[in-house]
Parts: sequence; C-alpha cells; structure tokens
Amino acid sequence: MYSVKELYRPASLEEALKTLKENPDASLLAGGTDVLVKLRKKKPENVKLISISQLSELKGTGLLDDGTIAIGPCTTFTEIGNDPVIREKIPMLAHAALSMGGPQIQNVATIGGNVCNGAVSADSAPSLFALDAQIVLRTSEGERTTGIEDFYLGPGKVKKNPDEIMVKILIPPRGRRFGCRYIKFSTRKAMDLAILGAAAAVTLEDDKEVIRKAALALGVAAPVPVRCKTAEAYLQGKTLTKEVIEEAGRLALTEANPRDSWRASKRYREALIKELSGRALEAAYKCAGGETYDPNTSDVE
Amino acid sequence: MIQIHLTLNNAPLTIEVEEGETLLEMLRNRLELTGTKKGCEVGECGACTVLIDGVPTDSCLYLAALTDGKEVTTIEGISQNATLSVIQQEFIEKGSMQCGYCTPGMIMTSYALLKKNQHPTVDEIKKGLAGNMCRCGAYQQIIDAVQSAGEKLEAMEKEA
Repeated sequence: MYSVKELYRPASLEEALKTLKENPDASLLAGGTDVLVKLRKKKPENVKLISISQLSELKGTGLLDDGTIAIGPCTTFTEIGNDPVIREKIPMLAHAALSMGGPQIQNVATIGGNVCNGAVSADSAPSLFALDAQIVLRTSEGERTTGIEDFYLGPGKVKKNPDEIMVKILIPPRGRRFGCRYIKFSTRKAMDLAILGAAAAVTLEDDKEVIRKAALALGVAAPVPVRCKTAEAYLQGKTLTKEVIEEAGRLALTEANPRDSWRASKRYREALIKELSGRALEAAYKCAGGETYDPNTSDVE
Repeated sequence: MIQIHLTLNNAPLTIEVEEGETLLEMLRNRLELTGTKKGCEVGECGACTVLIDGVPTDSCLYLAALTDGKEVTTIEGISQNATLSVIQQEFIEKGSMQCGYCTPGMIMTSYALLKKNQHPTVDEIKKGLAGNMCRCGAYQQIIDAVQSAGEKLEAMEKEA
C-alpha cells in the first residue's frame, strides 16, 4: 500500500492539464514502473497522483506529412518495439524498447515516462538523442517544443515545469541511405540496466560510402546522456575504415565523463565507450548501405 | 476510497479500493485470490504476474484503481471448475517447479505467450519469460512445459 492521498483519473488531456494546474504538488503517473518503485523506496506520505496512461491523446505513433515520426509519450515499450513505422524507419528505438526490463515492464512502461524520469541508464535516451528528438510540452495555457538535449538536466532531473505534460515526441525525417544502431551493454541479457548504451545514426552520400552526417549518443557515459559532437564532426565526409572507427571512438571518449559505480568502474566504462561507439557506428554505416537490422533478433550485447 | 468496476476472471466485479492500493494487494487481501504471489514488489521477479486485458503485467506495480473498466485474469481464472488448463497440466507433467513460488507467474506469462504463438522457439520462450525468475532453477522444465503445452493446444484445435 502506497500512501496516496488523491488519485486523479482525468478523462481527457484538457482535464489532466486543469487538474495539474490546480494541484502543482501532484506527480504524473504514466506506466508507474518508476514512480511506484520510487514511492516504495522513499516512502513519502499523502502523495497526489494524476494518472495519464489512459489518455488516448497521449498514445500511439504516427507519420506526419513531412516524414516526421510523432510518438505519444504514453506509448508503451511493447508498442514501440512492435510499431511498424518505428521498426522500418528507426529500428534502433524498437530495439532499445525491447531491451528494457522484461515483458511485464515493457507492457506498461512508457517512453515519455522513461524520458521524464531522467534516469542515466534510460534505454530510450541514446537513440532519442542520436535521432535529434524534439519534446513537445503543454500547459493549460500553451505549448513549447524543446530539443531532447536541453531537456535532460542531471541524473533524475529534466527541464519540465510542474504544470507541464509531455504531449509528443517528434523524430525529424531521415532521407535515404540512413542507418542506425543501438548497442546496450549489460551483464545479463534481460532484466538488467545498461552499463553503457551507444546509439549511432548515419546518413551516407549517394556513393554509399562517404558519410554525409553521423550522430553518436551515449547513455551512462556521463551524468546525462551525451551527444559526441567532436566525433560526429570528424566523421563527416569520411569513409568508415578501421582507423576512422578507432579515432571516432577515441574522440567520443573525450566527450564522455563516466563514473565509478558498483555496476562497473570508470576505466571499464571508458573501454566500453571506445569499443561500443565504434561498433554502433560500423553497424549503422552498414544499415545505411542497405544491410537490414531486425530489432527482435538483435540481441542485447 | 475509489469504487471501480472490472471484469475479474470472466465475472463482473464492483469493489472499493484505496487510492494507493496495488492490484496485488486487492487480489490477495480483499478477494483472497492468493494464487498470485508477492515477490520483490519492484517489478523484477514476475511472481505477481496477472493478465490485464490479456497482457502480462506485474500486479505489484499497478494500482488497483486503474483496473477500472479492464479485464483482469489471475491464475485462479484459467482453469475451468476443477479442470486445469493445458499449460497448468504440462507444468505438472514436466515437473516444472521445486518450491512452486514462481509457478503462478510463470504460468500466466506462458499462457499469454501461447495465445499469441503456439509454436514458440526456445529463444522466444526465454525472451517471453525473461521477466519471471525461478530461484530453484527449473527453467529447462518450464521451457519444456511451454513447448509441450503449445503442441497439445494445437492438437486439441485440430480435433475440434
């Protein structure tokens, strides 16, 4: 039994925003797999919760006219993992979703909750960073859009005002010859947090060899997920050779700031950053050249 | 207290629950449906797995009040009168347990898995049951039971 004073179950987004405005001390409850575990550990009393997972306005995915992929924040990881548009266009996000927790958790945990929880190990984060995701937040007065990089402030902290609800995650369109790959490194293949996560997204020139644009993002490599901008700039215009992969991994390390934890030492994480950055880039490069990437059979590394 | 209406094991139910009460607590404490087990209470062991609208869910991390309007199925709901379901029978046949504590959760997840796919590969079973822990280590026999239940279900469908 949690010490819950009020549990609001709004029937619409509008009602949820109004309830939140009237109760600035209330917490939003999506899938609950993080919020309820925190309530159990920290034992705060008389909390107020506003359930939002039932709101149809916040669920599902869609492909907009310009090719942008719109994801409702209350879409579950199971739904993300099985979504045909996500699997075709940005399979690494489906892969990341299916690598998080076990099926029971994936069935209720939501992508918006994963982002708003701000966990350093959030499995969706590296992919969303590498895909330049935009976050749309709404209050009863209006809406604002922010890049996901500006949204993460620190471990467990995101730039969301108490009266705001995340209403969309937008993934800008990709052109042809685009490939992406997420690699999660953990000690167990299932039900484990990432020791390190690396997500790479690569677009090639028409010759299918030269990199037009590369994005590399790491999770658990710093207090917040990071984009490796120096490595990305270095990769632009290059053909991916063994030497280029190694240099990109070395540059990625300069942009990370891993820590010691009981899960893994700083030195071990540093080795992982170099190695996994290279592996993710290589796999994304191959995908951009036409190799397929099945999020179901891609085992957690 | 919040009054909710749900379908529990195929029967309509109206019940009052506390705001902070979990589905697991409602099942075990109010309804004495103690087949669903309390394990880790943080969503790691799967002992408390029930089906919500047919989908395996950890009942320890789900507020009872949020099952309003939904269909909940527990281990008590998959046998008919005194006849066990095929998957339950196969768990017995294959000796898929030692202490039995994980068994109801394992069976509920397997039950949902077999509804979607009667021919799961060993890999698909392992992935499907990744959220259920067995501390006795009866995994091999559990996988055997799921595969054998799938075969039996298919044979029964062919006969029918």
